[in-house]
Amino acid sequence: MFLLLPFDSLVVNLLGISITVLFTLLLVFIIVPAIFGVSFGIRKVYMKTLLKIFQWATLRIERGAKEKNHPLYKPYVNGIIAKEPTSLEEEIKEIRRSGSGKALDTPEFELSDIFYFCRKGIETIMDDEVTKRFSAEELESWNLLSRTNYNFQYISLRLTVLWGLGVLIRYCFLLPLRIALAFTGISLLVTGTTVVGYLPSGRCKEFLSKHVHLMCYRICVRALTAIITYHDRENRPRNGGICVANHTSPIDVIILASDGYYAMVGQIHGGLMGVIQRAMVKACPHVWFERSEVKDRHLVAKRLTEHVQDKSKLPILIFPEGTCINNTSVMMFKKGSFEIGATVYPVAIKYDPQFGDAFWNSSKYGMVTYLLRMMTSWAIVCSVWYLPPMTRQPEEDAVQFANRVKSAIARQGGLVDLLWDGGLKREKVKDAFKEEQQKLYSKMIVGNHEDRSRS
Amino acid sequence: SVSHSQITRLYSRFTSLDKGENGTLSREDFQRIPELAINPLGDRIINAFFPEGEDQVNFRGFMRTLAHFRPIEDNEKSKDQNGPEPLNSRSNKLHFAFRLYDLDKDDKISREELLQVLRMMVGVNISDEQLGSIADRTIQEADQDGDSAISFAEFVKVLEKVDVEQKMSIRFLH
Repeated sequence: MFLLLPFDSLVVNLLGISITVLFTLLLVFIIVPAIFGVSFGIRKVYMKTLLKIFQWATLRIERGAKEKNHPLYKPYVNGIIAKEPTSLEEEIKEIRRSGSGKALDTPEFELSDIFYFCRKGIETIMDDEVTKRFSAEELESWNLLSRTNYNFQYISLRLTVLWGLGVLIRYCFLLPLRIALAFTGISLLVTGTTVVGYLPSGRCKEFLSKHVHLMCYRICVRALTAIITYHDRENRPRNGGICVANHTSPIDVIILASDGYYAMVGQIHGGLMGVIQRAMVKACPHVWFERSEVKDRHLVAKRLTEHVQDKSKLPILIFPEGTCINNTSVMMFKKGSFEIGATVYPVAIKYDPQFGDAFWNSSKYGMVTYLLRMMTSWAIVCSVWYLPPMTRQPEEDAVQFANRVKSAIARQGGLVDLLWDGGLKREKVKDAFKEEQQKLYSKMIVGNHEDRSRS
Repeated sequence: SVSHSQITRLYSRFTSLDKGENGTLSREDFQRIPELAINPLGDRIINAFFPEGEDQVNFRGFMRTLAHFRPIEDNEKSKDQNGPEPLNSRSNKLHFAFRLYDLDKDDKISREELLQVLRMMVGVNISDEQLGSIADRTIQEADQDGDSAISFAEFVKVLEKVDVEQKMSIRFLH
């Protein structure tokens, strides 16, 4: 025990020094640039180095697999079976054509019609368009994270060492750094907005509020090592408008809000989230709803309309999909935000899953687990496109307008445009869709007449 | 036969459907697929995966049912006739479709069974009388031994010209 004493104080001293150094580095290289919105370019260099390492790792795995003469498992994003894009009518007609020489113009029932439903059903069992959107995208090359590796048995010793080094760097260096930054960012946001809240309303308060928000979002961006490329910034949303974007994770909010000023919309939560929300609304008018109010669509529409009509208030940020999708597709936009009559500013966000998949699978991971996974990835890399503003044309209704905006976002982001509801993640599909199929088929066996007598 | 990568892919699909993570699929696991839930014959197709009286299907059973939909390769047609008939033969594909109609598994499609399946396919859009006459006409045209039901042999005869190989086959992209 006698010998441990000087050793003890040595350890304590070292700890103290390293923490001081860490915080000074933090301040100089990260927090100060965040406040002023400049960047040293460290993250870009980091990204390039990582890419080179990933390519090397993938080659090693391929070589390992070739040596053992095994085929490598490669994920295919575009589906695993061949599906023909023909309609119910066309398919059934074709089946009937091959079966009989009868005239095809008269609608009637054939025993072979069942082949259509049978094959379609089995096709969806093997590969469907919807369920795969609710789990993380599979990567083609390995990014040194065990969570994305499907070919474990081909990893050589060198690769394992590299992976181990990666784990060390990510968990022992990057993670504490990021947690410190996140802590700093969030506490600055809460204290900053509360302080600004005490000022009298006016230009000064608005200015300070905007900048406090911006500064804290920028620190959070660095807390996630998010490397974001913004395109077409001249189309950024203006006051009195609604900004809509595709939703992949809660991080979307941080990414957009660190490049512009927005009023947030959402439900008031309890816990830390609630504290942050209540502080934010003191500095500038965000639109928070109580849980009970969320169900009342008219109330929601009324409050949003009031907000956009006030030109002094910031543009609203909304995610019309209503839930997180895995960033390979855009699912149905809920029409609520498109009925208000304000200018819509669409934004497309596309993440590069190579450095860390940002998709939040809320049925698998809670918020805290999710954030930890984010902070132990290499980086979050994404591109943001600001699309030109759109307004509802007189001949289209809210649903058509919503679909038009959705297609524009899907096209820009390179995502698949789906009509399916993101709510299918948790709920069953509505019976109306099955009834639609039944109606279509009925036309094929009795035509459009209500009553036809047959012998 | 099915390639190694195709089996891996189907196994990956099986595990992603298996929400309970116990190595078997239940009927609920299938019904969670939206495009299958809106298929008018979705429940009949799901039923085809479950052997008599069972509520769970393992990967082997899953593959066995899907094997009916493998394309018939040309070289397989001229293979040895003495071995057991492959699951994806024309006859077995037809039998799969027959079983979708044959609700009580008595190897006959009765008028009642045909009516029930027709009702599933058309929903509320056609009256009972009309559906009844459609069923009657279908049985009349197919029935050869006069028992007012369609046996498997009669079923095969009616569909002898249909390109079953193509319409009941699913191709892998890779």
